[in-house]
Amino acid sequence: MPVEIDIAKVAKLARIALTDEEQETYGRQLADILEHAARVQALATDGVKPTSHPLTMVNAFRPDEVTGSLPRDEVLAMAPDAVDGYFRVPKILDEQ
Amino acid sequence: MTGLSDLSIEAAGTGLRDGSFTSVELLAAVVRRAAITEAHHHAYLTIDRDGARLAAERADGELADGTDRGHLHGIPIALKDNMCTKGLETTASSQMLAGYEPPYDGTAVARLRAAGAVIVGKTNLDEFAMGSSTENSAYGPTRNPWDTDTVPGGSSGGSAAAVAVGSALGAYGSDTGGSIRQPAALSGVVGVKPTYGLVSRYGLIAFASSLDQIGPIARSVGDAAVLLEAVAGWDIHDATSYRGDVPAISEGLADGVDGVRIGVVTELMAEGIHDEVRSGTQEMIEQLSAAGAVVTEVSLPATEFALSAYYLIAPAECSANLARFDGVRYGLRVDGDTTEEMMQRSRAAGFGPEVTRRILLGTYALSAGYYDAFYGQAQKVRTLMRQDFEAAYKDVDVLVSPTSPTTAFPIGERTDDPLAMYYADVCTIPCNLSGDPAMSVPISLDTAGLPIGFQVMAPALGEEMMFRVGAAVERIADFDARPALASDEVVSA
Repeated sequence: MPVEIDIAKVAKLARIALTDEEQETYGRQLADILEHAARVQALATDGVKPTSHPLTMVNAFRPDEVTGSLPRDEVLAMAPDAVDGYFRVPKILDEQ
Repeated sequence: MTGLSDLSIEAAGTGLRDGSFTSVELLAAVVRRAAITEAHHHAYLTIDRDGARLAAERADGELADGTDRGHLHGIPIALKDNMCTKGLETTASSQMLAGYEPPYDGTAVARLRAAGAVIVGKTNLDEFAMGSSTENSAYGPTRNPWDTDTVPGGSSGGSAAAVAVGSALGAYGSDTGGSIRQPAALSGVVGVKPTYGLVSRYGLIAFASSLDQIGPIARSVGDAAVLLEAVAGWDIHDATSYRGDVPAISEGLADGVDGVRIGVVTELMAEGIHDEVRSGTQEMIEQLSAAGAVVTEVSLPATEFALSAYYLIAPAECSANLARFDGVRYGLRVDGDTTEEMMQRSRAAGFGPEVTRRILLGTYALSAGYYDAFYGQAQKVRTLMRQDFEAAYKDVDVLVSPTSPTTAFPIGERTDDPLAMYYADVCTIPCNLSGDPAMSVPISLDTAGLPIGFQVMAPALGEEMMFRVGAAVERIADFDARPALASDEVVSA
């Protein structure tokens, strides 16, 4: 069963800039892989509950104790750009 | 080749305690070995000479003062480069994290330091642990010590190769779909994926969080048990870590298989498994039977769909986990006029082809309109897989199969064919889906001189029985071959 993929849309959702050539390659490879993966659709799964996780745990509680966090300077030292104790990114909002 | 770096962890521990040699000398032997082997195999991305030497000196000083931290005290080990080590570059073999020095140790790493282990360095992997050959590394492939024209398996190929050649006494990897067991099989060493949750994932760079598990790679089942015991157990930093008592991993190593019920997985002995791998596996099964095991055939019908389900679930989780690499808090940034453009360019530049492919695949599988047909259906297959295992373990103690459908394959053979590469995990994926433990033990060489691995699977928290059977397999196989190294100097190293 051939799988239709709007690769440009998928790449946009994934926030990965792709060249036209890359879009062609990945689009074709994804179609191949998904055609194989689509075999799961052949299996009768009426009444089967999905498993999202191997553990049947419900909630994991821990004592509500105050502990230290990582030193800000050490964390920001690995940031591509930082200023005044903050991460810096390009402008998000246009000026009004 | 025999030298200090070829010792078992137990023998090295004895030598350290009876004064035959020091941890500094043991480390020096391992580093000398690496100096010879690295040019041929490229197991390491980083060797931390200074940090390792300090740790070895401390270990020696403590032993001299009567402080003994146990089995790993003073033992040189290697870590897969997706395990965060404070202040020591951790790249996950990605350009995205070139130069990244974590501000903290992962829990397994912290426990190893507390156990007195000497961390030699960080080993190569498929980028972000996505691959089955260690070819998808931004820093070049690792080569199989048994034949440098072939892959060592992956994604923990660097750890497997380091242990095989003696540039570490033991190592750790991570296993999401077989990434510890398959390289162990292809490199002729022991690899263990513990029960999901037995080892904390805190500080393991996440790939697919419901599947990822840290585990040991070693030259013997006994060494693997010691390595696992050092890192197993509940951790407040990982809400999915197991809260109960750690199984008695090494209690039954000497007990043998008399009366043990062993199930052979029909679907994993069928077509697609190479003849020599199947016949080697079959021979071991017959020997286990001769040693008193009760052997039956067991069918796990969902196995047929496990690979397909995995290649929806793992990419889905990967696409969510790798969203954090956005050029803001750490990692590569490529500038853009807007934040969105910066992110798109950074991610395009930082991720290699396989990681990009899986992020796109996962994004698609989770996107509106396709979720139920792909991801939702894959999760149901996961339920069926678990049910198959649960039913099987009512009648048998362990299940066995080949670890990998083939022995090591040539470098470059599958890099342009993702589906052929994915098939390398067909025997290992079912236990990642179920969360159950599984291990690979080397049993023999094929006619090309490449190792064959034998997989032992057990129900969740069944490590004691799994290691017991694994140790019996090891004794029966008596696999004492080691890869021939390139230089005679190795003998003295």
